Amino acid sequence: MAGRVEGKVAFVTGAARGQGRSHALRLAEEGADIIAVDVCGPIPNLQYPHATPEDLEETVRQVEALDRRIVAREADVRDAAAMKAAVDEGVAELGHLDIVVGNAGICIVAPWDEVTEEIWDDTVDTNLKGVWNTVRLTAPHLIAAGGGSIILTSSAAGLKGLPFITPYVASKFGVTGLTKAFAHELAMHNIRVNSLHPTGVATDMGQMGAEYPRMLEANPRLAGMLTNSLPIEVTEPRDQSNAVLFLASDESRYVTAMAMTVDAGNTQY
Amino acid sequence: MAGQLEGKVAFITGAARGQGRAHAVRLAEEGADIIAIDLCKQIETVGYPMSTPEDLAETVAQVEALDRRIHAVEADVRDRDAMQAAFDAGVAELGDVQIVSANAGIAPLSMNPVPEEWQDVIDVNLTGVYHTVEVVKPSMIAHGKGGAIVLTSSTAGIAGIGGNTPGGLGYTAAKHGVVGLMRSYANQLAEHSIRVNTVHPTGVNTPMVVNDVMQEFLESDPSLSNAMANALPVPMIEAVDISNAIVWLASDAARYVTGVTLPVDAGFLNKR
Repeated sequence: MAGRVEGKVAFVTGAARGQGRSHALRLAEEGADIIAVDVCGPIPNLQYPHATPEDLEETVRQVEALDRRIVAREADVRDAAAMKAAVDEGVAELGHLDIVVGNAGICIVAPWDEVTEEIWDDTVDTNLKGVWNTVRLTAPHLIAAGGGSIILTSSAAGLKGLPFITPYVASKFGVTGLTKAFAHELAMHNIRVNSLHPTGVATDMGQMGAEYPRMLEANPRLAGMLTNSLPIEVTEPRDQSNAVLFLASDESRYVTAMAMTVDAGNTQY
Repeated sequence: MAGQLEGKVAFITGAARGQGRAHAVRLAEEGADIIAIDLCKQIETVGYPMSTPEDLAETVAQVEALDRRIHAVEADVRDRDAMQAAFDAGVAELGDVQIVSANAGIAPLSMNPVPEEWQDVIDVNLTGVYHTVEVVKPSMIAHGKGGAIVLTSSTAGIAGIGGNTPGGLGYTAAKHGVVGLMRSYANQLAEHSIRVNTVHPTGVNTPMVVNDVMQEFLESDPSLSNAMANALPVPMIEAVDISNAIVWLASDAARYVTGVTLPVDAGFLNKR
């Protein structure tokens, strides 16, 4: 039986591990070839280990084990020239581009008065400018292909002002808005643009949750904001990937400008 | 390969034709058995022909052709006792229900409005949805396997479109009301691992929309037809596009998706 995205090519940022790797694998399982990028290096102030070149190699290995092709590049979403080279080389090798997943992001937990200018700039540049770079550098290829689907990873924090991550909230609200604006401008080209809004996910980045107890001790009234309404603490990367797959596939051919929450009810609670 | 809904039973209202039939067939393709409800009668204030017993029989035939089981009942979503009886009989035959599609609805929009349209559309499109969930809720909680409830709202459930007639205002109010029901149920039923979401179609190629009365109504007011223009270059979408969204929401692939208003609207709402 043909896969749900058979014969398509997907560009995935932040693909070395975590949600990005999971998206690459889920799309590959359903027949897509992959262009994968990841910075694979340190970013200051991270409270969890950064992705490595070995992580990206592991993504390559796992996609190839599914008999799909993959072009992987170490590139920083903040670096437009490196991103453009990765996209253009990937499309040259794999033939065309149909799906874009703007997933790369960072999250640094700190109460408002401990956020430094460096944390603000790194977070907003990676999570917002990086997504803008991703869309503007891939859209010409989607137009050339006659249409496509773009999925941008925002967050529950892109709909709800979750505490102790102010730069992250600002960047993710930005992604929510960027999604809706790009959806307007690109609709005439049959390109759909939707945002994904995860609650907590069991990944390396998810480890930053360990920073919360100290802050909640100082401000316990905010603890309820982090609660999921379904009886689970955390989702798996594959739960997010299943939503990416639906939005990438023709099953959702008339779904655009949507904020898709995979948040166990967090933003409605 | 196992279907995405293998072994599940789905309760679908308004299943005789249009979107409801497409949902029944699409869910059956993915392995679900179906309990199908439809009024199969005319409501006086509705200007276009409503479904018939023959329509419901055709849905039964199409589901059975897929080798799935179906229990079909002529019942009115406004009549809670009739709904309960239909549901109970379906469960007795097919087993516990884990999927609900509250799809039944009317659109009494015409050039000759009458005051009674208001109450009819509220009764069917809002109270009918409330009845549907209330009828299912106790057994879905009791069987403990969780569930997925999808309520069919509309672009008119988020934006103030639909016109100034009693039926148009009632349609918009009812479809907005469905969103409130969904959000309340999503919070209340989450502890039982029951998820509740809405879908919001733009114009769909079904008998409710593609008929002389509705076309005359839409053409009577240019602001309405402008309001109906989608962003993606497609004038009208197909019922199966809504069904695909419901399959996904009903499947375990969406096991942590609840409280969502899912537009299947070709960008219609984003333009506003």
